[in-house]
Amino acid sequence: MTQIEVTVNGAAQQIDVEPRLLLVHLIREDLQLTGTHIGCDTTHCGACTVLLDGVPVKSCTVFAVQANGSEVTTVEGLEQDGALHPVQQGFTEEHGLQCGFCTPGMMLTSVALLEQNQDPSEDEVRQAISGNLCRCTGYVNIVKSVQHAGRVIREG
Amino acid sequence: MVAETSPEIGGMGHSVKRKEDARFIRGRGNYVDDIVRPGMLYLDIVRSPYAHARIKSINSDAALEVEGVLAVITGETLKEFNLHWMPTLMSDTQMVLPVDKVMFAGQEVAAVVATSRYAAADGVEAVEVEYEPLPVVMDPFKALEPDAPVLRDDKEGKTDNHIFHWEVGDRDATDRAFEEADVTVSQDVYLPRIHVASIETCGCVAEFDSVTGQLTVWMTTQAPHAIRTVFALVAGHVGLSEEKIRIISPDIGGGFGGKVPVYPGYVIAVAAAVVTGHPVKWIEDRIENLQADSFARDYHMAAEIAADSDGTLKALRIKTLADHGYTDAACNPSQFPAGLFSICTGSYDFQNAFAEVDGVYTNKPPGGIAYRCSFRVTEAVHAIERLVDVLATEVGMDPADVRKKNFIPADAFPYQSVFDWEYDSGNYEGALNLAMETIGYDELRREQAEKRERGELMGIGISSFTEIVGAGPSRHFDILGLKMFDSCELRVHPTGKAVARFGTKSQGQGHETTYAQIIAQELGIPASDIAVEEGDTDTAPYGLGTYASRSTPTAGAAGAVAAGKVRDKARAIAAHLLEAEEVTEDDLEWEPGRFFVRSDPEKGVTIQEIALAAYTNHPQGMEAGLEAVSYYDPPNLTFPFGSYICVVDIDKGTGEVHVRRFVAVDDCGNIINPMIVEGQVHGGLTMGLAPALYEELSYDESGNPLSASFVDYLVPTAVETPAWETANTVTPSPHHPLGAKGIGESATVGAPPAIANAVVDALSHLGVRHIDIPITPDKVWSILRENGITE
Ligand code: FES
Ligand code: FES
Repeated sequence: MTQIEVTVNGAAQQIDVEPRLLLVHLIREDLQLTGTHIGCDTTHCGACTVLLDGVPVKSCTVFAVQANGSEVTTVEGLEQDGALHPVQQGFTEEHGLQCGFCTPGMMLTSVALLEQNQDPSEDEVRQAISGNLCRCTGYVNIVKSVQHAGRVIREG
Repeated sequence: MVAETSPEIGGMGHSVKRKEDARFIRGRGNYVDDIVRPGMLYLDIVRSPYAHARIKSINSDAALEVEGVLAVITGETLKEFNLHWMPTLMSDTQMVLPVDKVMFAGQEVAAVVATSRYAAADGVEAVEVEYEPLPVVMDPFKALEPDAPVLRDDKEGKTDNHIFHWEVGDRDATDRAFEEADVTVSQDVYLPRIHVASIETCGCVAEFDSVTGQLTVWMTTQAPHAIRTVFALVAGHVGLSEEKIRIISPDIGGGFGGKVPVYPGYVIAVAAAVVTGHPVKWIEDRIENLQADSFARDYHMAAEIAADSDGTLKALRIKTLADHGYTDAACNPSQFPAGLFSICTGSYDFQNAFAEVDGVYTNKPPGGIAYRCSFRVTEAVHAIERLVDVLATEVGMDPADVRKKNFIPADAFPYQSVFDWEYDSGNYEGALNLAMETIGYDELRREQAEKRERGELMGIGISSFTEIVGAGPSRHFDILGLKMFDSCELRVHPTGKAVARFGTKSQGQGHETTYAQIIAQELGIPASDIAVEEGDTDTAPYGLGTYASRSTPTAGAAGAVAAGKVRDKARAIAAHLLEAEEVTEDDLEWEPGRFFVRSDPEKGVTIQEIALAAYTNHPQGMEAGLEAVSYYDPPNLTFPFGSYICVVDIDKGTGEVHVRRFVAVDDCGNIINPMIVEGQVHGGLTMGLAPALYEELSYDESGNPLSASFVDYLVPTAVETPAWETANTVTPSPHHPLGAKGIGESATVGAPPAIANAVVDALSHLGVRHIDIPITPDKVWSILRENGITE
């Protein structure tokens, strides 16, 4: 067991972990934040996407020990003081989700995109989310959701 | 016509925002892997590396030494309880765990139970299995040759690999029509093996109380009630009893048909929970999911059309070989081993047709389920829509003209097809005309001609499909004897709010929203005041579940009927409340949410006032309360339809197909929630694009899967997926209480032939008549090179 320190959604945590423990299992099982999902074993689906120091990573492909000293943001950390994040608003308004399984990962990737680019074109959104698979929506409304969120952010 | 409701009520036709989103966007969904029970153990599965092999020995000693491993379950363990085999929904048999031999690569061989996920995986690595490889049969045609090894030698007296023969239509009359025809065309069409690959894999948590005998299973199932009954029937002899079985289908991360079957993993987890006395969780990983869960399609079709030289269709003949893998684990209604393949006459007025399907065993994973389509409808539609194009080329007509010439005319509905289906309603030409206008068909044809002059490759493809969904009327439709009705139980509370429970189970379709809208439509209670529940067999009324686009046609109808019953009672209570006005029920008129006096519309009572009275001031002699149940047995199936047009450009250098535009015109009858319908079409189109261009489960000659992870099984990303353009026509179903038809699968059915037709069209001047899907760059590249076309 190795002790690590991670700040998850703003709360600092000290946890003993096996060296081989995947970050996604730390998040889902040790911290019981089950909004982060698992959809594959080859780093393709993106259902497990979280922000590691602001950068989207596939948490199924990061060891928990690699997150030592870092800040992790999961879907549970998007809502602040009862106010939905613009990306959460966008997905609701534009019907950007169906079964909801890809949605947390999709939203975190989108949050990172909008940090860089508040007015992404359709093509830019599609490129940005190309590491996140969705089987339900056909992506059209996800693109709209992200652009909707961009508008909300721009309009403050 | 459906009455209009206010946006506050949010009945049919309103794009009400989805209720389920509130939890999903916060990461507060409750999927099966999110469920944790006290003392829960984890189960992981040892799988076969061979496609066909005898098991010589299984040694668990080393596995049991692994820290955290508590038990290893094998076929022998289950055999003690006679649970090593189970029936499939097609009344074939499937191994839970083998005692003798394995029949496909990836098959379950043993299971390890441990205190953690990681320990269970370590245990799997430590189980030693000795195999003796046996001859492998992968090709379904070779499987039928006389000297082929008999795979199912477990079946007494079985001397070949043939499963079933099914046929429909008049063979002789059809043969005669072919002999007399001006023109005949034939084409072999293969629909490859594919996998639904919902982003959530399958799994369960099983919990057994040895004192009370209560079994609770949270599982990824689209049909919880049927599963409960199957468990009771299959394991009754070891003491499971249906009143003590509770199946809970929590939030489901996509189903598409893949979560209808009972997989061995579920059964082993239940056995493990019983044996260990602890709750047991089993969650498959993606590689297991793609290797072992039910596949779809795998239909080898030889299709032929006979026609007049002016393009008038005369007869259709299709002979199909269906590769089912080592057991027929399809989920078709019992009387339909080839599902609803007999919709293959499509949107056209055929007078003669004959179709036959033979099922075959091979050393592949079992299945034959749908991939987001009603039983085998995609196969049927692909065959007819491809063949119509082949004919169009043969007679030198535009594919749009051949279709229009042969459509069942709008005034011919209800229409009796030559295969005896009664199509409920349709306006096929209307849908095609709208699609052609929207996309600018004539202009595209001009552009294509110009480009062809310049040597550029552009194609336009049409698909004018008819679906058959909403199974189904009890006189024909059952699964293992269970009739395919569906149900709603509706309760209106004293404060005018309501709860409605259904026998179906959403996997992302948005039932919590659309069902509430149906009740809102009928009762005028705002949809936001109606809680919808599904998936818990202890609380929901019995139903056959969600697949085959049956939720709206069956359970949705049950909702409308139950609400109608509530409204009837509400009318009596309203008359009682308006006693002072000296009115009877007959003097009352209904508008959404309110009964009023016909002669004096100012005087009335709202549904909320009536609900309160039902508990506080109900008429003497009437039972208190305001609730109703409906078990809806549909009088007929529904027949959604549409016309899709696809434009592709082909890269001559790489052979890559680029879908430039895709217009989808759908007609699903009256629409409950336009936003959700559009979303269903977008998703369905993407699951049509996928097999058309990318996805295939393939195997090498030894039976090793070549596409068992997302590395090789190419689920489309946002980059490949085009910006779908959608539109609707509305032709209500005459027999559905709301005139609705179902939409979840139309696009998956209709899209592949539109794309394939577009690619073939782009290459037709080279003499190309057909390409089997998936139309990968290498297939196109080879065709281009054969024709001397290079960049
Ligand atoms: S679980 Fe699929 S990429 Fe991490
Ligand atoms: S909403 Fe189901 S996978 Fe994206």
